[in-house]
Amino acid sequence: MSYLFGKSVWVRRRRSVPGIGIVALFAFLLAGPGFSQTAESDKPVPILTGNVGTFSFVTGGHNLIDTQINPVVLVPLGDRWLIESRAEFEGQFQRPPDGGPYGGPVSKHVDYAQVDYIANSYVTITAGRFLTPFGIFNERLYPVWIRFLQPDPLTLPIRTAPSDGVMFRGGFPVNPQANVNYALYVSATSIGIDSVDAERHVGGRVGVFLPGPRLEVGGSWQKTLQDDRKNAFGFHMAWQPAKLPLNVRAEYAHAFEGSGYWAEGAYRLSQSRFWHKAMRRTEVVARAQQFFVGAIGADAEAALNLPGANTQEADFGVNYFLKDGLKGIASYGRQFSSAGNFNQWSFGLAYRFLVPLGRVSGTQGVQ
Amino acid sequence: MKIKALLTLILCTFALGTSLFAGSNSGKKEASAAPMVQSANPDSMRIEGENRFHANCGRCHAVPQKFPPRMMATVIRHMRVRATITEDDQRLILFYMTQ
Repeated sequence: MSYLFGKSVWVRRRRSVPGIGIVALFAFLLAGPGFSQTAESDKPVPILTGNVGTFSFVTGGHNLIDTQINPVVLVPLGDRWLIESRAEFEGQFQRPPDGGPYGGPVSKHVDYAQVDYIANSYVTITAGRFLTPFGIFNERLYPVWIRFLQPDPLTLPIRTAPSDGVMFRGGFPVNPQANVNYALYVSATSIGIDSVDAERHVGGRVGVFLPGPRLEVGGSWQKTLQDDRKNAFGFHMAWQPAKLPLNVRAEYAHAFEGSGYWAEGAYRLSQSRFWHKAMRRTEVVARAQQFFVGAIGADAEAALNLPGANTQEADFGVNYFLKDGLKGIASYGRQFSSAGNFNQWSFGLAYRFLVPLGRVSGTQGVQ
Repeated sequence: MKIKALLTLILCTFALGTSLFAGSNSGKKEASAAPMVQSANPDSMRIEGENRFHANCGRCHAVPQKFPPRMMATVIRHMRVRATITEDDQRLILFYMTQ
């Protein structure tokens, strides 16, 4: 999705993590009883889901066609286990400067491949490659059928490269008015700033969700375990008032690579008094964001897909939900920085699919 | 090496603490939560499930169509992990989404 600066090539190196394996095993063995057996007719079935999208990004007058498919495989085992994986196949096609047909690279990589064990009401243990829970965009909002605007937030590359290791996470009520969710992780090997670096880090995220006002606030932290042992931190919020079809989200991130924030809102026109049938399927969105360069060099910034100069950006868009899982998108944005100001337009379609990989019994069919 | 040992110790302590904490309470919680779901009025459960769906799932994405129960069970287990929803939320949202 980072069409402006191009994709970096990431090389992953794997290392053995015996200590972490022992911890995971230890936790598995100690886990208390969680919940009762599932009835045969309600047993979860493996599914293939994911999304497909094709978009045209016009940035500073240059058109780029971005087509991608992100399959997600979910394999539940028993009452407590889940194996899940997501891959990304993305083609970014442009016309050569001297004319000719569209062409360009097709990248493919595994975003996550993890095993989850729901130990009890409070803890789920995840092992493998997982999305790093730094902020909320990377874990929750990245899929093209979910995001409000297709261009990535400028701060997305900060501390969100996939992690390889183990994670403890969960959500539980602390009282009837508040739920707490958390994630604690250690990554033994991950993706560094350039293609040969690896990195070890620990981190966590905690959030408090108030179901009454439908407000979540939280923070993230990550510390690298090598070199200068740098810290990074961030904050996030999400608010969805019950009386309005409005959805507001924001994030702030600060790290040695840079810092910045984004805030966005989406308003569904379901309360419109005219053209109701069409308006209830229409969502208008806006995002404001700012990025401040950090202490890394231009090459590292480019490798991470971060802007090379302090940048401000405003985006506006319209999403039209044609049917469940299928939406058309259009947006306009303008970026301001000392490197130059430019417009960016985007148009396209995003579709979410979901098919069973086993027998689905019951009277209800897929609607 | 010291860091690795320290991290292992912290994670072991965390795992032990949470497991013991959950072990001492989960039985009580399960005993009270399961009858609540089983004995509650299906209409009120559906309404509560809908509320929890909108409060939790609606923050990120629009309302999807309903799929067969065995598919929804997988999707909602995935979302329990991904979105860190609570066990009660998982149960009630699954009930709502399979009605």
